[in-house]
Amino acid sequence: MVWINVILQGVLVGGLYAMFAAGLSLIFGVMRLVNIAHGDLIVLAAYLALVVTETLGIGPLASLILVVPLMALIGYALQRLVLNRTLGDDLLPPLLVTFGLSVIIQNGLLAVFTADSQKLHAGNLEVATVRLAEGVYVGALPLLQFIVAVAVIAALQFLFYRTPLGRAFRATADDPAVAQLMGLDNRHVFALAMAVSLAVVAIAGVFLAIRADFDPSQGPARLIFGFEAVIIGGLGSLWGTLAGGLILGVAQAIGAHLDPGWQVLAGHIAFLVILAIRPEGLFPKVRT
Amino acid sequence: MNVPILALDKISKRFGAIVVADRVDLALAEGESLGIIGPNGAGKTTLFGIMSGTVPPDSGRVLYAGRDITRMPPAQRCTMGIGRSFQIPLPFGGMSVFENLVVAAAFGAGQREHDAYERCMEILDQCGLADKANRSSRSLGLLDRKRLELARALATDPAVLLLDEVAGGLTEHECQALIELLRAVRRQGVSIIWIEHVVHALVASIDRLLVLHNGAFIAEGNPQAVIRSPQVAEIYMGIEADA
Repeated sequence: MVWINVILQGVLVGGLYAMFAAGLSLIFGVMRLVNIAHGDLIVLAAYLALVVTETLGIGPLASLILVVPLMALIGYALQRLVLNRTLGDDLLPPLLVTFGLSVIIQNGLLAVFTADSQKLHAGNLEVATVRLAEGVYVGALPLLQFIVAVAVIAALQFLFYRTPLGRAFRATADDPAVAQLMGLDNRHVFALAMAVSLAVVAIAGVFLAIRADFDPSQGPARLIFGFEAVIIGGLGSLWGTLAGGLILGVAQAIGAHLDPGWQVLAGHIAFLVILAIRPEGLFPKVRT
Repeated sequence: MNVPILALDKISKRFGAIVVADRVDLALAEGESLGIIGPNGAGKTTLFGIMSGTVPPDSGRVLYAGRDITRMPPAQRCTMGIGRSFQIPLPFGGMSVFENLVVAAAFGAGQREHDAYERCMEILDQCGLADKANRSSRSLGLLDRKRLELARALATDPAVLLLDEVAGGLTEHECQALIELLRAVRRQGVSIIWIEHVVHALVASIDRLLVLHNGAFIAEGNPQAVIRSPQVAEIYMGIEADA
């Protein structure tokens, strides 16, 4: 029974990792941009939610109504004004620029909010539990977070394969030079992709901030979890990314149960094992 | 005289030491069908690049219905009415044949997705791809890829259609079907510039023929007359006497 609980906890955390990863994967898929600042943007979203909740006196979940569009707007502007200029045949410039962005966000947050840990408070939701079976209880919050993660992945899947915007993403990912001759303005399409990515980041950031304390230095660790989930799942597959997040979460939960110090290590080991056995990930969507 | 729908005004372009366009002038009248021939490397495809906005000219102007579009980005030119097909078919491989057209119709022609469906099926039907609408475009053979290339350009609802060797590799029968299709396209009022090596297909469907050689037009006029002209014979027989 203990193990069922452990694995369940892992699965539920995994949903959060999948959300970290989905935004990362989307950006890489559409414009071959590796966003090193992704983790810091998650933390930025958490601080944004902090400001919104404190200023307006609303709960963290309600704050999503403002934080999601705000982050999307930041994403659009960031891509249009900065990142579009770094794109080209070379993968290095976007890597360097987003690395710089990561440093800027971390230090900006440090300057404004100090290094003190912060947390978003969701009241009763944080301690409420749901009984799934005899002796198997899960927190309402992790459960909600998991359901939201699955919904987000499903929504992205729908967006990609069933909407005009999704087709624009796929066409541009396929061949940006031809796409622009079909009337697709790459700069605009890329900016929309970044907006969608940061909208997802906003949701992930708020849930992260309700779950645990956060401070300005936490971004890079979130980035690593996101990367690992993407690689485990296989590039280009959204459901694979969800699976990757779950595997990472379960590995960490098992590690933590064996010894609290092994939590993060166990996740990295699971990642390395899968990288060694299946370097293309578990559910790769091969592009030719 | 009416303002040409598409015009090049003293366009020059060189890649290093190679001159691919040397003060080229060209005017396409509305509803006209224009053919361009010339040996490999004469600069034909580069001219299309300059017209569609993927290749910036070194000097000169590109005009669309009298408006200077030299600096306009390709996406905007497409929306405005310049459609282009590529010599080497470049379908969006991750998408179905139908989706390839829907993208072009939704963004190139600015149609609402739902309105675009019917039009896209019509074009697929015209181009002989109706039964392959839901196939992955990656799985198509060369001939069907060429058809898709043309269909996708048509889906952007162009006023000017730039065709880059669409007849290459077709059988006589298929070629005839293509000529019929392009006649139908013209009847809808689309102006066409067509680069082609398959000369008889070209001559059968154009009003005017231009011959491009070393980045300049060296002959122009009635297709039949141009084909028989000494300049063309010289280029294609390779007996230039300036050695």
